[in-house]
Amino acid sequence: MEDMGAELVGGSRQHDILRPEEFWAVNDVSFELRRGECLGLIGRNGAGKTTLLRMLNGLIKPDHGKIEMRGRVGALIALGTGFNPILTGRENIYVNGSVLGLTKREIDEKIEDIIDFAEIRDFIDAPVQSYSSGMQVRLGFAVATALEPDVLLLDEVLAVGDGAFRTKCFVRISALLRNAAVIFVSHSEEQLTRICTSGIVLKQGTVAHLGTLKDCMTTYRDMQPENTVAQNAYHDPAVQRAELKLETTEHASGDDLHFKMHYSLDREIKLSLHVLSVVDESGSLVAVCDLLPVWNTFPAGTATPSFTVRSLSLRPGSYTFSLEVASVEHATVLIRKHFRDRLRVSGSIVHWCSYTPKVV
Amino acid sequence: MTSPSLTVYSPESPLRNPGKLVRDMFLDLLAARELAWRLFIRDLSAQYRQTFLGYVWAFLPPLVTSFTFIYLNSQGIVRIEGVGMPYPAFALIGTLLWQVFVDAVQCPSQAIFASKAMLSKINFPREAVLLGGLYMVLFNMAIRLSLLVAVMVIWKITPGIGLLLFPLAMAGLLAAGFAVGMAISPVGALYGDINRGLPIITQFWMLLTPVVYPPKTHGLAGFLSTWNPVSPLMTTARETLCNQPLTLIGPFFVVVLISMVLVFLGWLAFRLAMPMLVERMGG
Repeated sequence: MEDMGAELVGGSRQHDILRPEEFWAVNDVSFELRRGECLGLIGRNGAGKTTLLRMLNGLIKPDHGKIEMRGRVGALIALGTGFNPILTGRENIYVNGSVLGLTKREIDEKIEDIIDFAEIRDFIDAPVQSYSSGMQVRLGFAVATALEPDVLLLDEVLAVGDGAFRTKCFVRISALLRNAAVIFVSHSEEQLTRICTSGIVLKQGTVAHLGTLKDCMTTYRDMQPENTVAQNAYHDPAVQRAELKLETTEHASGDDLHFKMHYSLDREIKLSLHVLSVVDESGSLVAVCDLLPVWNTFPAGTATPSFTVRSLSLRPGSYTFSLEVASVEHATVLIRKHFRDRLRVSGSIVHWCSYTPKVV
Repeated sequence: MTSPSLTVYSPESPLRNPGKLVRDMFLDLLAARELAWRLFIRDLSAQYRQTFLGYVWAFLPPLVTSFTFIYLNSQGIVRIEGVGMPYPAFALIGTLLWQVFVDAVQCPSQAIFASKAMLSKINFPREAVLLGGLYMVLFNMAIRLSLLVAVMVIWKITPGIGLLLFPLAMAGLLAAGFAVGMAISPVGALYGDINRGLPIITQFWMLLTPVVYPPKTHGLAGFLSTWNPVSPLMTTARETLCNQPLTLIGPFFVVVLISMVLVFLGWLAFRLAMPMLVERMGG
């Protein structure tokens, strides 16, 4: 209320002093973006990304500094803004398009394209409340990209939709990128590396890094707490012990990796599945080693086989391993276990991708 | 190709540059026309598509209120005299006109509240929300006016030359309603007290205004009839409609002029306060 009062009398607010319980949601963030560039806006939840986007969109006024936007600004911050569930898809296209800034004529020209992109031609005249959430998202995205903005702000909207649709969205965004500047918020490494040309990492409102996407991803990854390894260790009662020992916890990318397994069983078991998985910091599966050709039967008693993975080329970072074993007789899982030991891989980061095989 | 337009966001208050501010307000209003119409059609379709009674809901509340008073008067529980026409007609006309005023008062707060999600996520000319609300008020007013015509036909009340002033009287009612509505909307968007208290207040205000009784000259009612700003609007509207002499025309014009100014100021305040409301509204 105080702010409104100050605003209404044309005074300037007390900008520098924070009232109790206030904090700077976005503090001293400066950058410039040109047509054809795509900036990845990265940060943990609550870092200030959406607040920054709202300021760029003109919804919130900055307390300090200045924002200059040239041209039409389009924002996909929430898909389906203005949708009324009772109205049909077609009617909602007109409403949503109008809210986003399209004129009726523009919508008329593009409506067939919108319906095709959203792939809901059969249901376009049904009320939106009968649509699945995926269909609503597709419709919202289709309308929002029909607008050809000069600046496009995307706030975590590509987390939904199936793979085929996401690919279509990326193709559409790349096409828009030719004539626009794009700011893309995502937590997905895969999506960010796909279209972003540069990045900015926000941490509690301040800039932690501004530069190439590769460096930003490294900074972001270092900000994450180390994932506690899932406690889902499962042993069939026939197996008393299954352990993994890494020969070394430091590894240079491209070197061979030696490790030893330690098994204790009460009888001999023939295996149908014997797999070692390599998992990265965020829990994504990076590589899978099939151990069956090398070791397909567990003898009774204790065994400590050693294995070597040749030329393991991984992106520098920290990895953990998990084991999955199944037997021939029961079609069930014998062992499913994720080990705590971390392997730290060193090297130089050329590109942000987990598997980096060497070429000769 | 012309270079694209530049928009600048800075902490300064737009009041520093009043000429630009007023020009932007009117430009936005023009830009908002089409969107406002779309929002109005959207809300109208949605509102009545899922009701059985449909447009009847637009005039049900005033009918019920006036039936209450007609009953009370006919049974002698309440004695209202000096109306110059059959009492049922008087009460019906009064409550229908009053409902137009109340609609206008509630409009800005309701429109902002209903569009909360849109306002806090997308940048579009904010005037569209208010203008869409105005269209809805006008639509409901049209329904009530048609009912008014029916009332006049049934009780054989013929309008005279004063009918020419009736549109102005209606505009005055609307302007006053909007002025009040705009004044409370920034507070209403933040604090729920307003929205909850409003129906109670308007109920009571109706009794303080010559809606179901003719304007008094003595006592507390007389004082209120003179100083309640809605009184001259109400009375004049009814008089121009029903070919009665215009008794409060002077105060009427004063109130209308003040209302028009207040509507403009309210619009200005709405525009200036919107970024702060967005910050707090979430949605």
